[in-house]
Amino acid sequence: MRLEGIGLGHRYGRGDWLFQGVNLSLATGEIVGLAGPSGSGKTTLGRILAGHERPLLGRVTLDGQPCPSKGYHPVQMVLQHPELAVNPRWRIRRVLEESWQPEPAVLEALGIEEQWLERKPVELSGGELQRICIARALGPGTRFLIADEMTTMLDAITQAQVWHAVLEVARARGLGLLVISHDRPLLGRLCQRVIDWEEQIQREYHSP
Amino acid sequence: MRRSIPPGADRSRNRPLNLRRSTLLIIAGTALMLLAILIIGLLIDEQSLVTQPQLRNQAPSPSHWFGTDWLGRDMFARTMKGLLLSIRVGLFGAVASTLLALTFGLLAATGGKRVDRFISWLIDLFLSVPHLVTLIMIAYISGGGLRGIVIGIALTHWPSLARVLRAEAMQIRQAEYVRISERFGKSRFWIARHHVLPHLLPQLMVGFLLLFPHAILHEAAITFLGLGLSPHQPAIGIILNESMRYLSTGMWWLAIFPGISLIIVVRLFGMLGERLGMLLDPRRAHE
Repeated sequence: MRLEGIGLGHRYGRGDWLFQGVNLSLATGEIVGLAGPSGSGKTTLGRILAGHERPLLGRVTLDGQPCPSKGYHPVQMVLQHPELAVNPRWRIRRVLEESWQPEPAVLEALGIEEQWLERKPVELSGGELQRICIARALGPGTRFLIADEMTTMLDAITQAQVWHAVLEVARARGLGLLVISHDRPLLGRLCQRVIDWEEQIQREYHSP
Repeated sequence: MRRSIPPGADRSRNRPLNLRRSTLLIIAGTALMLLAILIIGLLIDEQSLVTQPQLRNQAPSPSHWFGTDWLGRDMFARTMKGLLLSIRVGLFGAVASTLLALTFGLLAATGGKRVDRFISWLIDLFLSVPHLVTLIMIAYISGGGLRGIVIGIALTHWPSLARVLRAEAMQIRQAEYVRISERFGKSRFWIARHHVLPHLLPQLMVGFLLLFPHAILHEAAITFLGLGLSPHQPAIGIILNESMRYLSTGMWWLAIFPGISLIIVVRLFGMLGERLGMLLDPRRAHE
């Protein structure tokens, strides 16, 4: 399966265009990095690819077909701020099992402990919460995962543990991974290829 | 309150707990008093409402706390019966209005742009006309009497709460976790039921309690104007209306006691609602 963004462009309100005419392609089984400084529109691109937002220009296709607007979306996204991504009133177990029943092996690999599940989101740290969000996004219908600064808030050891687990699942299921980060060394270690976001925007601007 | 505490004072340990306790105490106290009024109103039988000409125009005394009127009826019994009626009408009006507000608020927030525009228009329409005018119109159209009042109150008190609920629901609809839920394939209805509704419940409860005083005051106002009930029914508005004619003869107790009772009940409901709101709102829970 191939996820493609064709001629994407977006801006908020009447502000400046964040990007215009961006083309991007990602196949299942591929691990691609997207590197660029903060505030340059990487997150917006991720949100568009995952269907959280509709692009003002261009379209997103899956194998040439438009993405489904109903049902489980094959492109899932893990956000930078897990506190915003979970309902603060729900218990963790409910958050975790909103989309599917994650296998114990996945939970263990991500370092999720059984005792967290009965707590409320405010009682977990950002890193713990983020692992819940990752496990939640790895449902059986997921074909692509967009990781937007997914492990920025974690220390190096936990970062390594989480990425190890995610890469394992991605390899086993043949998921396509788009890793968005400003941390180039991390991308260099994880990804098969890295897209330089600034370079891409520049190029698209200057080509008519 | 906060400003009066000198900097460095230990307010984290004592203050919030004490205020929280006092808030709980006020909630319990007001609820108890309202319950007492309700029970007294229910316990007083119709016998004490009969006219006793030999006891006409008596000033307040230990046997007739609120005095008697020009027909010798005990004013305490009439006042309590009137309050009971007010609370009943208020209860029904507030329940119906809250349900309407919830339905409209949720529909506006989840039903799409066109539905939202229509409901917002409806809210503006109702809010742009004074409550009492719509209330009288609806009460008149629906046949007057107690039924007219109840329908009128139910249909006129929902807009402001509906607006609040709509705004809250809209905010939740924009939340990231709702976007994610949508991408998990959850339906609009599922999201409204599981994500939005639980967030609205505190607002709903406080809104419900704060509707009470409005409904009660409007019930009193409309019966005062003589639009609702027949004159021999004990309603606070009717009592006040009748007493107007006797005030100049020096029978002050006819208006003072029922009036004060009405104000007390209204304030009790208001306080209950406000304190409960403070307790339930996480941002204000520690004030």
